[in-house]
Order: sequence, then structure tokens, then C-alpha cells
Amino acid sequence: MLAAAIGSFVLAIIAFAGDKSIPIKNSLNFYKPTGPLSGVTTVAIVVWFLAWGFLEWRWGKRAVAMSRISRVSLALLILSILLTFPPIVDLL
Amino acid sequence: MEITARGLWTLIHGMGFGALYLLACSGALIEIYRFTTWSAAVGETSRWERFLKFYLIAMVALAWTAVLTGAYVIYPWYRAALPTGTKDLAPFPQRLLMSSPFTTGWHSLGMEWKEHIAWFAPISITMVAFVFFKYGRDLKNHKQLRAGVLAFVLASFISAGVAGFFGAMLDKYAPVQGGQSIRLSNGEAK
Repeated sequence: MLAAAIGSFVLAIIAFAGDKSIPIKNSLNFYKPTGPLSGVTTVAIVVWFLAWGFLEWRWGKRAVAMSRISRVSLALLILSILLTFPPIVDLL
Repeated sequence: MEITARGLWTLIHGMGFGALYLLACSGALIEIYRFTTWSAAVGETSRWERFLKFYLIAMVALAWTAVLTGAYVIYPWYRAALPTGTKDLAPFPQRLLMSSPFTTGWHSLGMEWKEHIAWFAPISITMVAFVFFKYGRDLKNHKQLRAGVLAFVLASFISAGVAGFFGAMLDKYAPVQGGQSIRLSNGEAK
């Protein structure tokens, strides 16, 4: 859950960074017909899988504070949704 | 009655994968909640668990197919560069929308939001499916985890809903057209 939230948040942050900086936007152009969206989503998915693997390795067989992890995950997901909303991106 | 190849792809992406996924979301919300809170006989439970696992795999496949066809098949047609001297903007939906102050918002707000928020749907539902495969009915004993899983299904539903709404509106004001024409039926003279 936390890994999915981290992946979503990274997607929102990279999309935001690409919107604010032309060099970042150009560097995200992994597949020309799709443009920077290809880089934003590819990087986010890679980070998501890495976070997933790492957290599964660290916490997979351990009891963790689920209440806190759920809250942090949901907060990250809500922030991600807000950070992709264009009027908010323009405000920041 | 005919449709262009690009129009057909848009239809498959939106009405096929996207709309089916949205329909499936409400079912997933209710069924995951019901399955992890009700009391039932063991045999009945294991049948439902198998069914729900299949249902979630189908949702994961639908969500990923929807975003991948959207980003790598339709979006390149939508954002195609305008050759100099082009007067007919119809084959260039993004340019067509941005050419008028009355429609530019459908791109600057609609597509800009849709192209990113849509990806939260497959990421969230993949996590939900993974957790369900790992815990199954044992989610009943992990209330915090169950609440988190249901919240992620809801977030996935909202993300897909926003993407679907703007997809439909964008297609209304600047449809992705072009490519080979596919004849569906011959019209009858009245």
C-alpha cells in the first residue's frame, strides 16, 4: 500500500517538476510520440516497483504499525491527486 | 455507417476498457467489503474468494490496458505536431481545442489532469489485488489494512472517473479521427 502511494506521489512530483522546468520536461521525453508523459509514468512505475520490492523485503514477514502506514499512504495518494490538478499546479 | 481506425481505437479504449473498469469498481468496493465482513460457511467462502481473485485480476488487466492504449496509441494522435501551413485542424485534436478560448480549457485542464490522474487507477488496483491475494478472507482480522484497501479502491474509482469524464468530453469537442475507414453497415435509402 505504501509502495503504491509512493509510486503515485513520485508520478505527481515528476509531472509537477516537468511542468515547471523545460530541461526536466525534455529529459522525460522517453518516447517521442507520447512526449514527457512516457518518462513521467515510466520513472514512477520503476520507483513503485523498487519501493514495493524493498518494503516487501523489509516488512514482508514482520508486524508493522498498519494504522500509521494506512494514514501515510492515503495522505500521499490524496496529495498525488491534488498535485496533478492543473489549477493547483499553476498556483504553486 | 462507418468509423475511422482511430475512432475505433478511441472507442475500444474508452467504452471498452475504461467504462468496463468503472463499472467493475463499484462491484469491487461492495464485494471486498462484504467478503471481509460477512459470516459464511467455509465452502461458500472459498468459492467467493476464487471469484473475487479472478474479478480483481480482470480489473488489473482492464486498468493497465486502458492507460497503456490511452498513452501509447491514442495520445500520440491527439498531440500530433501541426505541419506548417495546415488550415484544417480536425486531425489535430489538441491544436483544435487550443485554437479557441471556448475550448482550450478542455485541453489545459481536462487532458492535462486526465493524462496523469488516470495512472493512479491501475497502480491502486494492482496493490488491492496483491493484498487480496496475500490476505484473502484474513483481511477480516486486519481492519486498518481493509480500510486502506477499500480507500484505494475508491481512489482508483475516482481517478478512473475523472479520466473517463474528461475523455468523453474531449472526444465530444475534438474527436481523434483519421486512418482507414471501416464500414460497419450499408445505409438503407428511405
